Amino acid sequence: MFYRETGQFKTSYGADQQIFPIRQDRIGVGLVLAVAFLVVPALAGEYWFNAILTPFLIFALAALGLNILTGYAGQLSLGSAAFMAVGAYAAYNFQLRVEGIPILVSFICAGLTAAGVGILFGLPSLRIKGFYLAVATLAAQFFIVWCLTKFPWLSNNSSSGVISTPTVKILGYVFDGARDKYLLVLAIVSVMALMAKNMVRSKTGRSWMAVRDMDVAAEVIGIPLLRTKLLAFAVSSFYCGVAGALYAFCYLGSVEPDGFSLDLSFHILFMIIIGGVGSILGSFLGAAFILLLPILLDVLLPELSSLLHLQLQGSTVSHIQTMVFGALIMFFLVVEPHGLARLWQIAKEKLRLWPFPH
Amino acid sequence: MARQIGDVILDLKNISLRFGGVRALTDISFDVKEHEVRAIIGPNGAGKSSMLNVINGVYRPQEGEIIFRGEHRHNMNTHIASAAGIARTFQNIALFKGMSVLDNLMSGRTLKMKANFLQHALWWGAARNEELAHRAKVEEVIDFLEIEHIRKTPVGRLPYGLQKRVELGRALAAEPSMLLLDEPMAGMNVEEKQDMCRFILDVNDHFGTTIVLIEHDMGVVMDISDRVVVLDYGKKIGDGTPDEVKNNPEVISAYLGTQH
Repeated sequence: MFYRETGQFKTSYGADQQIFPIRQDRIGVGLVLAVAFLVVPALAGEYWFNAILTPFLIFALAALGLNILTGYAGQLSLGSAAFMAVGAYAAYNFQLRVEGIPILVSFICAGLTAAGVGILFGLPSLRIKGFYLAVATLAAQFFIVWCLTKFPWLSNNSSSGVISTPTVKILGYVFDGARDKYLLVLAIVSVMALMAKNMVRSKTGRSWMAVRDMDVAAEVIGIPLLRTKLLAFAVSSFYCGVAGALYAFCYLGSVEPDGFSLDLSFHILFMIIIGGVGSILGSFLGAAFILLLPILLDVLLPELSSLLHLQLQGSTVSHIQTMVFGALIMFFLVVEPHGLARLWQIAKEKLRLWPFPH
Repeated sequence: MARQIGDVILDLKNISLRFGGVRALTDISFDVKEHEVRAIIGPNGAGKSSMLNVINGVYRPQEGEIIFRGEHRHNMNTHIASAAGIARTFQNIALFKGMSVLDNLMSGRTLKMKANFLQHALWWGAARNEELAHRAKVEEVIDFLEIEHIRKTPVGRLPYGLQKRVELGRALAAEPSMLLLDEPMAGMNVEEKQDMCRFILDVNDHFGTTIVLIEHDMGVVMDISDRVVVLDYGKKIGDGTPDEVKNNPEVISAYLGTQH
């Protein structure tokens, strides 16, 4: 009843090809952005910024990067954390070694460095596909983490490769509070999400999806396979690289190579599987699910056990947490294998008819 | 518009193609003239699809020569073929299943689009205008094939007959000068076949597109093609107008068997 495109006529292809062709969607997204930029900073406390919102945005960005590569271009990768590491260490080194480089420029350079490394590890994708490619990207994961520990120059000779990031300063303004950093991350993530959406709705994205869905047909149409795949690797790694830089500069403050382990790569992969493979929105939903659910369980389970007068040890609670988390992932995958983004789509379809289905 | 069959634009000379020890095509020569409908027929496994794959560069023959628009080549490659205006459809539908009909058709025009990914990311000036201009062209194809109602539907959800039509649309979106159709009517009912025939003849008529087609329905082949080449076990056993081919004893024996 409230969500209906009746009466919204499109008179140009431009109007028909906009990102949100339905007016209610445009209003909705506008509201979400307004809340994120204006309301949240006014209301949320330090804990919310540090533990929930900022990491959520950063992981959503990394998931978005992986989604470009795996969801849109169909190249399975297990190296996202490694590309994040490249971004983090590159941004650190650009800040350290280039005199007076603006922080945003060093973030972009970090992304570009990660893109270069991504292209390098994307080269095998011409010959191998699917699980085999995943194993090849696994090499990136181990090799890069090993490099960062092995060559002290990369971490400015600090012990065991730990780097502490300098303060974030843009045009003389110091982003030191949790709220400032949240806003900076939010702005970067919003812009990059918009750019990703623009890419996937144009020729670039169509070429990626063509390669994903039917590579022979794509080739016959004239889409160059290697270049398209490498571009996907580059753009994806750029996103992961920037996410890594933000992870170091705006979230943790100091990182070590082991923080970017295979574990993190899997986390990001789960985010896009749960959120929706091949969906920009899905990257955000997945990141929210994977990141927030443990926190939610953390809060809920002790409450629940005291409510039921159960004497639970701390370790038992954390075991139950893991079990519930795993069960929920399986539940979602069984109910909707295409992820939360598809659920949202179905809900919207239903809403268009509600409450008069005829 | 009366269509006039022009000169030879594609000449295949002594093509031989082997996969290991399997001889898929042996010493095949035939030509295709501009604006004509050229059919390739033959029993299953005769090498018809391999022939199309040689023409647009998916397969590289070990021997022979391909002369397209006066350029001699030992073999084609997919990039040259698509840039030269050769488009094709596949025997088993090769659409991009996760994309909408519109996106599938748009992807057919990839080679005509010049903006790079950075311009796309910013959705800025040239990139946006280009997308919209090509959308207008794609809409012409959508009108032509009468698929307006499904333009936003993911192709995976469409019935088989419509998917075949969309695949033809994707090939047409490239505005090809030569169209290779691999069994465009396989698995269709009579009505769908009639539609498809109409589209093929219209394309040929309106746009003067040269058509090379593989088809098993002899009624269709004899009706719509100007010349027919017959393959059997990778060898050419007949070539000529539908009437000549129909009365060729070798062709009859390949299809019906002979009494010994």
